[in-house]
Amino acid sequence: MAEPTADPIPADLRAMTRAERRTAGRREPGVSVLLAPKWRSALARLRQERSGTRTKLLLLLAVGSVFWAAIFGIAWRVLRHAKQVPELGALLPGKMLALMLLAFGSILLLSNLITALSTFFLARDLDLLVAAPVDWLRLYLAKLLETTVHSSWMVALLALPVFTAYGIVLDGGPLFPLVVLGAVVPFLVLPAVVGSAATLLLVNIFPARRAKDILGIVSIGAVGVVVVVLRIVRPEQLVRPEGYRNLLDFLALLRAPTSPWLPTEWAASMVMNWLRHVADPLPIALLWTTAGAFVVFGAVLHRRLYGLGYTRSHEGAERVVRRPLRGVVLRFLGWLTPEVRELVLKDMRLFFRDSTQWSQLILLAVLVLVYVFNIRMLPLFSGERVPFLLVTAISFLNLGLAGFVLSAVAARFVFPAVSLEGRQLWLLRSSPLDLRRLLWSKYWTGTLPLLVLAVALTASTNYLLRVSAFMMWLGVGTIVLFTLASSALALGLGALYPQYDTENAAQIPTSFGGLVFMMTSITLLVLILVIEARPVLGFLQAGTPEERPVGELAVSLGAVAVICLGTTWGAIRLGLRKVAQAG
Amino acid sequence: MIRLAGLTKRYGKFTAVDGIDLEIPSGTLFGLLGPNGAGKTTTLRMIAGILQPTAGTVQVGGADIVREPLRAKARLGYIPDRPFVYDKLTGAEFLRFVAALWGHEGPVIERRIDELLGLFELGPWKDELTESYSHGMRQKLIISSALVHRPQVIVVDEPMVGLDPKGARLLKDLFREFVDRGGTVLMSTHTLEIAETMCDRMAIVHRGRIAASGTMEELRAQTASEGLTLEELFLKLTGQAAPPTLSGLFDG
Repeated sequence: MAEPTADPIPADLRAMTRAERRTAGRREPGVSVLLAPKWRSALARLRQERSGTRTKLLLLLAVGSVFWAAIFGIAWRVLRHAKQVPELGALLPGKMLALMLLAFGSILLLSNLITALSTFFLARDLDLLVAAPVDWLRLYLAKLLETTVHSSWMVALLALPVFTAYGIVLDGGPLFPLVVLGAVVPFLVLPAVVGSAATLLLVNIFPARRAKDILGIVSIGAVGVVVVVLRIVRPEQLVRPEGYRNLLDFLALLRAPTSPWLPTEWAASMVMNWLRHVADPLPIALLWTTAGAFVVFGAVLHRRLYGLGYTRSHEGAERVVRRPLRGVVLRFLGWLTPEVRELVLKDMRLFFRDSTQWSQLILLAVLVLVYVFNIRMLPLFSGERVPFLLVTAISFLNLGLAGFVLSAVAARFVFPAVSLEGRQLWLLRSSPLDLRRLLWSKYWTGTLPLLVLAVALTASTNYLLRVSAFMMWLGVGTIVLFTLASSALALGLGALYPQYDTENAAQIPTSFGGLVFMMTSITLLVLILVIEARPVLGFLQAGTPEERPVGELAVSLGAVAVICLGTTWGAIRLGLRKVAQAG
Repeated sequence: MIRLAGLTKRYGKFTAVDGIDLEIPSGTLFGLLGPNGAGKTTTLRMIAGILQPTAGTVQVGGADIVREPLRAKARLGYIPDRPFVYDKLTGAEFLRFVAALWGHEGPVIERRIDELLGLFELGPWKDELTESYSHGMRQKLIISSALVHRPQVIVVDEPMVGLDPKGARLLKDLFREFVDRGGTVLMSTHTLEIAETMCDRMAIVHRGRIAASGTMEELRAQTASEGLTLEELFLKLTGQAAPPTLSGLFDG
């Protein structure tokens, strides 16, 4: 390249020697240069966190450690138990690992589809990178790495205690972490390549801005189908060998790979071969060569289609505005003050006009479907009569499952509420709208649909379980209290860990703050169940009405109510304080 | 230095840029004027290699931006209308990153960074995160980033937005010095006074086409508008009527 001649900063140029100019010669920016702002930003954020309030860090460490230890504990117990099952002990851990990786693979695929849309097409730094003389391959590799890290860190974090349990229970030895790393790296790269390539194709196939909408719906719909299919396969049969005609059938199922053509199976085989001391290089070769080939394929696709796709992804926005049910909604909200009504309407409009948001309702429907299907499939009323107490215990545990589903839904729909105000927060802050009204309005907009879902889920599954009126009322009451608190936690922690600059709303729940919310909400759920467990059991075991521990039950229910309402109040206050500081 | 031939950009049925032909030689400060939605930003984004044209070509210093993007982009410094800065990088880190994108690093770049930050009076904030910068400071940082790798061509969309009078004056002098040393500046602006005082030549873009181009005198001659100001000329060429009566807006 010719030496540039035009430079309005003469002093520097004059002072520069010829040798200096040569060393300043152009050098191709590598992947590390392209990623430098990302890790530097992450470090800066970390420094700010450390110099800021310690409470947040301590809360995170505490909840994280409890959660991590719980996963490890469960995995450790299950593996120890499985290892001791006669005849099957050698096969069950492998099958379980394959199933776990299959589930993780599906999650990763969805996560990568959503993330790739942001990193490759929506990120705000892309104009800068695309305008720079950066080689296409380096840009692809940098963005692929960014996609992989963003979409996989949570799965990797969840898998870590499970793999640790495998290593300890099945004597993996000191080199086991390296084997796991060797299996996990290509396992994470593959869905990232597939997700990025699918995103690239969809952005190129569908016209302009619609591609983003269609991408969201198609990807979420596809994952929904995968989840339903996985569920219909009924993997729980693995732990119910009596459902098979004979032991040989069951053994054959355990020996056969779950999905021989999927990398999840190869990764599981690679890990299990090490643990069983089997020298078989095939899974390693399959995993790494496929990952390598896919990266090459993805790069070729990127070279051919990215320029056009990037251009298309910036083309005109949707112009037609649909207003279905506008009159009904307005009548329904008529009792609210104008500012709160407009705020609620604005939130609803933004939700239903942004496909990255409303398309998540598909996932919600899938989640509910799978949940109710699970309850229906419980073998409680077929064959031998199951004791009343067991049914009641299951209905009590059902509360835990419903709570988990509701936490996931709150993470999807309530947690992003403050983040989505993002760059428009100045408008709300400069308006005469009271911040408390803003936050409470957001709270009820998210909580009311959540309450309807909570009551419907608990009542319908309790009906399927044929529980007593006492358990029905207890279940509904508890889940209502929990929903109130969990929704407030979602809003409060969403404000504490905001993602104001996000390009894709679907990414907000999978952020670090989203994980903190899920862990906190589940911790609250466990606390509620622990408080209620003893008196409820005593109540149900009581022979006569006089023996029922009414006092203890009242105290525990009162404690649950105080905890839930206190959490609601505290979380909203936390959110309020944070939003007030953000302005 | 910049050559556009039949440059066209269509968004579905809408044509944003409609067959623009333009040649801007080295040592020219060229202004692209036009009403909102005329196609100025789309044109600049195609020149910067961010958008691919539907038809036509863009050449920067003889290199085609689509076929030889690295050669073409290496000569360019682009300042967008909505500049992006990484909030969690310091000003110096941001400039170092941009220099590295253009393949430059080392002590020379460090000196360059210091010099540019000093020039724009950002020196004291060099090691502060850009999230603490004001709008004007960000704009100055973005301008510095377009200069850090010593481009031959600067493409700039609305350069004066957010700058204080001193900063605006500095930028005018900077562009003039750059052009006098053989560089090329292509800028879009709404502010006709800026175009009139700064630009050697200009083009008025309307509905994706160039309605007229040349020096101020050439524009007047082309449109037979002797004695008209640039504002009058602009309104005439873009077919925009005089502003409506506004008194009713504030009554009762």
